[in-house]
Amino acid sequence: MILMSRTQWAVTALALAILAVLPLLLPDFWLSGILGRSLIYGIVALSITFLASYGGFISLAQTMLAGIAGYTVAILAPTAIPAGQNAVSYWLAMPLAVLAATLAGAVVGLIAIRTRDIYLLMITLALAVGFSLFAQSNIDWFNGYEGIRNVVGPELFGQPFRAHAVFYYVALTVSALLYLMVLYVVRTPFGLVLQGIRDNPRRVSALGFDVAVHRIAAFAMAGFIAGCGGVLITFYNIGITPGSIGMTATVNVLVMSVIGGLGHPIGAFIGAVIFTLIDTFAATIYDRDRFNTLIGLVFLGIVVASPDGVLGLGKRLTGWRKQRDAGDGGTPH
Amino acid sequence: MAEQDHQGEKTMLRKKLAYRTATALAAGLFALAGIGAAATQDVIKLGSITTLEGPFATGGQDAYRAMEMALEEIDYTINGKKIEWIRESSNAQADVALARARKLIEQDNVDIIVGPLSGAEGIALRDYSRTLEGKTIVNGSSGAADTTLRDASPNFFRFSTEGTQWMAGLGNHVYKDLNVGHVALVAADYAFPYAQVMGFMLEYCQAGGAVTKLWSPLNTTDFGSIIANIPQDAGAIVLIQGGTDALAFLTQYAEAGGDLPIIGGSITADQTLLSARGPHQRLMEGMLAAGPIADLNEDPMWVAWVSAYRERFPDGFDSPSIHAFNYYTNTKAVLLALDEVGGDLSDGQKAFQEALAKVEFKNPMGANVRLDENRQAISDIFLTRIVNDGGTLRTAAFGKTEGVTQTMGMDREAFLALGAPSRDNPDCPPAN
Repeated sequence: MILMSRTQWAVTALALAILAVLPLLLPDFWLSGILGRSLIYGIVALSITFLASYGGFISLAQTMLAGIAGYTVAILAPTAIPAGQNAVSYWLAMPLAVLAATLAGAVVGLIAIRTRDIYLLMITLALAVGFSLFAQSNIDWFNGYEGIRNVVGPELFGQPFRAHAVFYYVALTVSALLYLMVLYVVRTPFGLVLQGIRDNPRRVSALGFDVAVHRIAAFAMAGFIAGCGGVLITFYNIGITPGSIGMTATVNVLVMSVIGGLGHPIGAFIGAVIFTLIDTFAATIYDRDRFNTLIGLVFLGIVVASPDGVLGLGKRLTGWRKQRDAGDGGTPH
Repeated sequence: MAEQDHQGEKTMLRKKLAYRTATALAAGLFALAGIGAAATQDVIKLGSITTLEGPFATGGQDAYRAMEMALEEIDYTINGKKIEWIRESSNAQADVALARARKLIEQDNVDIIVGPLSGAEGIALRDYSRTLEGKTIVNGSSGAADTTLRDASPNFFRFSTEGTQWMAGLGNHVYKDLNVGHVALVAADYAFPYAQVMGFMLEYCQAGGAVTKLWSPLNTTDFGSIIANIPQDAGAIVLIQGGTDALAFLTQYAEAGGDLPIIGGSITADQTLLSARGPHQRLMEGMLAAGPIADLNEDPMWVAWVSAYRERFPDGFDSPSIHAFNYYTNTKAVLLALDEVGGDLSDGQKAFQEALAKVEFKNPMGANVRLDENRQAISDIFLTRIVNDGGTLRTAAFGKTEGVTQTMGMDREAFLALGAPSRDNPDCPPAN
């Protein structure tokens, strides 16, 4: 099976190689505060992009699924404050958290099974807002507004997880694996049926495929991806609060996916890098009291210039060059 | 053949584009990275975080006004060393405050951070400060008890008092001076009110009072069922609600003909309530509360500070907000400790942190401030009453409890044994 063309493989390998040697060149803050942060939020954005580009579903529940994984790992974490009743090792807590997010993803898929477009958006939004309000008002499990703190993550190779290089490489490895997983899955029969559902669910159904089961499976897989991101985000934030999964967080991840471009999984990470850079440095570049205006204008600019995000902009630029080349005497076909 | 040529051309183009993008990106990265690298010895870098976005944006703005005042008083200089002030903004979310703190410490290389403003942010920064070496975080205005009470961090200092401390003196006043033996408690159902309720009830239940608790979720608009449930024999209402929730309750209670005296929490009598017009005003005049500040206080330090504030910021508030007061107090402590060590932050800030832990001074209310062993402020708390000051409602101080500790005067072990405040803790229901 061919995941990518040879050129795409080359570009991907080159990009990964560059990302792998960056720790030698970049200051610590750029490693964890910019790139690492972009990667882990990019993973959650990837789950949106996967559903949107191959299933045609725009889900606003992905941040909630990341939050379910985050809260699961926080509740089970051995270092958590307040300490849970059932603390286990991080190595057990992490897979359980991802499993919880996967199951929750399937449940979201099940709840939203008959909806498309704006109605799907509304249902997933309702679930996301409902869960964050529940987490805010539940003291026994979620510790309410203050959330669960001091979830520092396991030690890796004798180093704390928060060490800049450790965190960066873990984020990079997980992101790369999930990215390749998405590229692989969309070329399996399952992925092809999914794209068929996106284009014409009725025809796929007539061919004898169970549309509902495929949809639920797609949501479960998106839940798995978001769950991986959620665990890493919780370690990065040294804990989780209802604010981590509230409306603002949900919209931020959606913005990442949209400005990056929903056409291809890599758009999620491109969008996440752009978002993180602007979010971090807007206040340095522009007036501190009004830097949100700058953030808004940049995002508006990107979406107006290219409705399909930075990715679409790139495609259009190359397409434009191609056309010009064709006009110069290239062979039309 | 033509197809192949075209493919080749496309590949070339892609490669070129990819190469160019990579080069441009790399160049950009290094340019930006370079900014943070230039740090010099004779500059003290002071970072700060407050909320200039979200629900507390006006409070955050006011906090920076007060910080500016504190820094201008010493002309941004300590022992010939210039203080460089780098301001950041959060939106009252823990994650955002943490991302900003990381940027300040790791990218801007600040030595000290003053902030943040809200409770969950404070706890997040406390946890972050524990992972740091040779850096200090001094609270801004966040008031969650656990930030310093449980699992305190050696690098986190708080010179402002917190939610439980703020209620000191009120419980005794209501029971002993007002002779009210049973109150109806109307409070919002989340962490900050729990802490305030604990502060009130520790004294009130100890004195012999009984409390009927009526909880409502945050952002409640209809208090009809709560008003109906206020017991007949209650002598007063303790209202631990903020902003629009407090306004909604008081409006509906006044319209229902309620006339019990109102005892407020520290954030109940804020500007939303004081400046709004409506039937609730009948209940507001004379309303009691407790907290670290009052609009009207006879102490000459407060009078001078308020007039300096008004003169410096004609477009600011009529009277500085609680956030301005807390940020000023915390910044002042940092500057005093810096002065003590002559701006010397070497040796992992060891000398500076020692000086900071020992700093003792008076805050703008004229109250003495010093730290306990968890680096939490011990200071005075004021009883306040709402008065009609020439047509405007203001809070006026009429009594104070001196040297209130975080454990409300109790032994630390005994206080911790009481457990974290919650809906059911503490509890002293009426007998019948």
